Amino acid sequence: MTITEDKHIDQKLIPILKKVSDPEIPVLSILDMGVVRSAVIVNNKVEVIITPTYSGCPAMDVIGEDISKALEDAGYESEVKLVLSPAWTTDWITEEGRAALKAYGIAPPLEAEADKEALLGNKKIVNCTNCGSSNTKLVSQFGSTACKALFQCEDCQEPFDYFKCLK
Amino acid sequence: MEKKNLVQYIYGIADNALILGQRLSELCGHGPSLETDIALTNISLDLLGQTRSYYQYVALLEGEGKTEDDIAFLRTERQYKSVLLVEQPNTDFAYVITRQFLFDAFHLALLEKLQHSKDDTLNAIARKAIKEVSYHLRFSGDWVKRLGDGTDISKQKVQEAVNMLWTYTDELFHLTEADSEAVAEGIGVDVSQLKEDYYGKVKELLEEATLEIPESKYFQKGGKQGIHTEHMGYLLADLQYMQRAYPNMKW
Repeated sequence: MTITEDKHIDQKLIPILKKVSDPEIPVLSILDMGVVRSAVIVNNKVEVIITPTYSGCPAMDVIGEDISKALEDAGYESEVKLVLSPAWTTDWITEEGRAALKAYGIAPPLEAEADKEALLGNKKIVNCTNCGSSNTKLVSQFGSTACKALFQCEDCQEPFDYFKCLK
Repeated sequence: MEKKNLVQYIYGIADNALILGQRLSELCGHGPSLETDIALTNISLDLLGQTRSYYQYVALLEGEGKTEDDIAFLRTERQYKSVLLVEQPNTDFAYVITRQFLFDAFHLALLEKLQHSKDDTLNAIARKAIKEVSYHLRFSGDWVKRLGDGTDISKQKVQEAVNMLWTYTDELFHLTEADSEAVAEGIGVDVSQLKEDYYGKVKELLEEATLEIPESKYFQKGGKQGIHTEHMGYLLADLQYMQRAYPNMKW
C-alpha cells in the first residue's frame, strides 16, 4: 500500500477529472470532494490514487471505474489505486465543493466541535438548505449514506441531509 | 513475523467486523424505526468496509490468486476467529444496542493502539476505521443511556441484555498465540492491557444509564479459537449461501 502525504495532480488532468463526480452526489466533482490524492502521467499512462471517504463507501468502486472511463475517453491508459492513509477528512472538501453541496440541498460539514454539538442535538447550528433558518432539528445521526446525517427544518419543515464532519 | 501467523492475527481482528457487520445487515428493513434501521445498517456498512480492507491485505499476503471473497465466504466455521459476543443473534433492540455498545467500546480502544502498529497496512486501516468506530460508540452509548434511563420496560430490557451479554466480554481481552507473537513484533495490540480501562468506561456509562453492573464472575470463551456458539452456523449458512450454491458467482 502506497502512502501519499501530499496531494499531487497533473494540471493537464484536472479538466478531465473535474468532470467525474461522486455517483451519490452528482453535483460534486471528485476533485472538490478531495478523494483524488494524486494523478500523474508516467510513460503515457495515468496513475491515479484515490482514498475512500468511509471504509464501506460503495461509491468508491464506481468512482474508480468512472475515472478510468473518463481518462480513456481523453486518450489515456490508466491505473487507479485505492489507498487508506492518510485517512480522508472533510477538510479536503474544497470551498467550491462546499458551495455545490449547499446548492444541492446538503448542508456542508461544520467544524469538529460544532459538529459534535449539532449531532448530539445540543445546539441548533445547522442551517436549513431550503430557507436558511437555523431552527432545525436532528432527526438521525445516520442518513441516506455513510457520510450524512438527517435534519429537518422546524420553520419550513424541509427534511435535508447534513454532511458530517470527519477528522 | 511468519505470514501464516500474521494472517491469523488479522483474522482475530477482521472476523469480528465481518460477523457483526453480517448480524447488523440482517436488520436492514427490520429496524424498530426508520432512523435506527438506517443507523444500524450504516454501521454494518462501515464494518464490512473495514473487513474488506483487512481481507484484501490477507489475500495479498496469501497470494496464489486468493481473493477477499474467498476469505469471507469459503472458510469453515472453525476458521473464523471472531469473539462470541458478535455472533449473538438479534433479539430485541435493547439487546442489539447493548451488544453494539459492548463491542464498540472495545473496538475503539483496540484501534487506538493498532494505529501505532509497525505494520503499515494495519495502521492505515486502523486510522481510517477509528473515525467511523468513534461514531458507532457515540450512537450505541447514547442509546444505552436512553433505554436505561427511559421507561420501566426499556430499562428492564436493556438490563437483561447487559446481564446476558456480560458473560462474553472477558474473551475480548484474551491473547491468542498469534496475538502474542504480533505483540512481540510491535505489529499487534496487547488486548489484555485494554481490560481495566474498558470495564472502567463501560461501568461509568452503565451507571449513567442507571443500570446495574452484573456481578457474574463466569465468562464464556472459545470464539478466538474457532469454537463458536450454536448461532454461528446459521449465520454462516446465510453469509455463505450464494458462494456455496453458485461457486465463483459475481454481481
